[in-house]
Amino acid sequence: MALIEADGIHVRFGDRVVLEEINLSVNEGELHGIMGPNGAGKTTFFNTLTGSVKPSRGRIRLDGSDIAGLDPHAIARKGVARSFQIMTLFNDFTAQENVMVALPAFRARGFDVHRAVAGDTALADEANAVLASVGLGAKAAISAKLLSYGERRALEIAVALAQRPRVLCLDEPTSGLGTDGTLRLADLIGALKGKLTIVAVEHDMRFLFSLADRISVIHWGQVVARGTPRELQENPWVKRSNLGSFG
Amino acid sequence: MTGTSSDARLITPTMLGTWLVLATVPLWISAVGLYPYIGVEIVIWSIYALAFNLLLGTSGLPSFGHGAFFGVGAYAFGLTQFNIAANIWVSLAGALLAGAFAGLLVGLFIAHRRGIYFALMTIAFGQIFWTISVKWHSVTGGEDGLLNIARLPVNLGVVSFDITDNDALYYFVLAVFAVVVVLLWRLVNSPYGRILSAIRQSEVRTAHLGYNVWLYKLSVIVLSAAFSGFAGGLFAMAQRSAFPDVMNLAQSGLIVMMTLVGGGLVSFWGPVIGVIVFLIARDVIGAATNAWMLYFGTMFVLLVLFRPEGIAGTAKLIAERWRSRSATPAVLSSETRSG
Ligand SMILES: Nc1ncnc2c1ncn2[C@@H]1O[C@H](COP(=O)(O)OP(=O)(O)O)[C@@H](O)[C@H]1O
Ligand SMILES: [Mg+2]
Repeated sequence: MALIEADGIHVRFGDRVVLEEINLSVNEGELHGIMGPNGAGKTTFFNTLTGSVKPSRGRIRLDGSDIAGLDPHAIARKGVARSFQIMTLFNDFTAQENVMVALPAFRARGFDVHRAVAGDTALADEANAVLASVGLGAKAAISAKLLSYGERRALEIAVALAQRPRVLCLDEPTSGLGTDGTLRLADLIGALKGKLTIVAVEHDMRFLFSLADRISVIHWGQVVARGTPRELQENPWVKRSNLGSFG
Repeated sequence: MTGTSSDARLITPTMLGTWLVLATVPLWISAVGLYPYIGVEIVIWSIYALAFNLLLGTSGLPSFGHGAFFGVGAYAFGLTQFNIAANIWVSLAGALLAGAFAGLLVGLFIAHRRGIYFALMTIAFGQIFWTISVKWHSVTGGEDGLLNIARLPVNLGVVSFDITDNDALYYFVLAVFAVVVVLLWRLVNSPYGRILSAIRQSEVRTAHLGYNVWLYKLSVIVLSAAFSGFAGGLFAMAQRSAFPDVMNLAQSGLIVMMTLVGGGLVSFWGPVIGVIVFLIARDVIGAATNAWMLYFGTMFVLLVLFRPEGIAGTAKLIAERWRSRSATPAVLSSETRSG
């Protein structure tokens, strides 16, 4: 049963067509990988899924209802969360504060001007639990800008997880990480697998092929190949373009 | 700190200290060679600067035409008093509401903007309001201003205080200042204030977390304009008049300058520090030379270039260095470790 479904998504910037026609359907609980060369439009596709880019054609259905063209905040409220390829954290906030503002319980109080945030132990505990789940349990009080690169990558995901999403879109989560960091992140995402629906853009083949249930290859604004990791390794297109070469 | 840390206290020691020191001002202000009226100005401009900093420091929205809201409040105070009711609370409410309404009007046009575009639009709107105040002679009195605005008695139901005397006026505006400080402190430490701070740091991420960034920006523009208008009302009452010049570009620039110099970007109290430094510098340096703005302007440029965190931020930095000097190296290394 498809939880999120893109149907004929077409995106252009001026007269430049970036997405010609993307069709993608992700089942509930599936981990769906997306790969493709730089500039293929993977980030643009995520921007379209989450509302910051409006498609000029096509539909996006979440649980059957069309969400294409809604604003980012409206889509987020429906349960679609994303992480950013270029890390987008609240640098003046601590790790805990970064996660806290992402909690639905916090969002429900967004226009509350009476009570102070400090001293709200329920929110703090919930934020700390999310931090612990990505291995940042000991870093709650540290300013986001003082965390190491790997820790910031983990926090980037923690913020999206704190939204309690139904669909989690990860845009190149291992970008910039070394082998150790990538392995640690693979463990983390492996632990999430099955608990929620994940769409992950990733260039690290080993990472993607070991984790994904299915993978779509985007090129020239279209899905040019799709299948399970095993199927894709045999796919002539993937072989020819050397995208499938991994150890 | 503006939005970066939260404080659950309703009243802090810093507040109490500030109020106490300010409360003694009439006792020594003449002795140190300053005009007593400067106290009234400091307190009113502090309210204005705190309201302004709700946009600049808390939300990261650079408003360079904020004088419009201050001025609208000043006129509204006089007009309410002349045409609706010669009651101080009604007139102050008039100033607050007029500021809020002007903020809503402007906000509807600019709340979807950010950065330099936001700043340019605020300048444009500031000029529009200023032009209206000059041209709409029948209402504002044009260049001649709105005169004979009364310092209305402070009616508290059972008792009523006369504030025509400068010292009495000073204690009234100080009491009002205390209330405004408590309200704004609460606001910046609330979930709402936290979201404004998140918007300052990343509008994109905040939107993708499910917050309607436009609505938050519009609401804080209205709030900031309302409190600025309120300060303008107090100012009109103190000066017994309202003139277009509080709305001009230079005057709008002053509030930006005061707030930045004081350290509004990093501290709740920064705007107040900036107002105090600026107004005292005006009187002290201004007594010695006509070119005092040159000196203050130079100081401003140097500060923005080398210490953008302002006086409050620099003080904080020094305090932190001092503390870290006595901290154990082990604590430091665990925080700066990277991997
Ligand atoms: N807002 C935009 N305006 C114009 N061009 C854009 C915009 N966003 C992305 N592009 C262009 O679209 C193409 C795809 O970019 P992107 O989606 O970031 O690719 P990928 O994530 O697959 O590397 C790139 O050529 C990029 O320059
Ligand atoms: Mg990309």
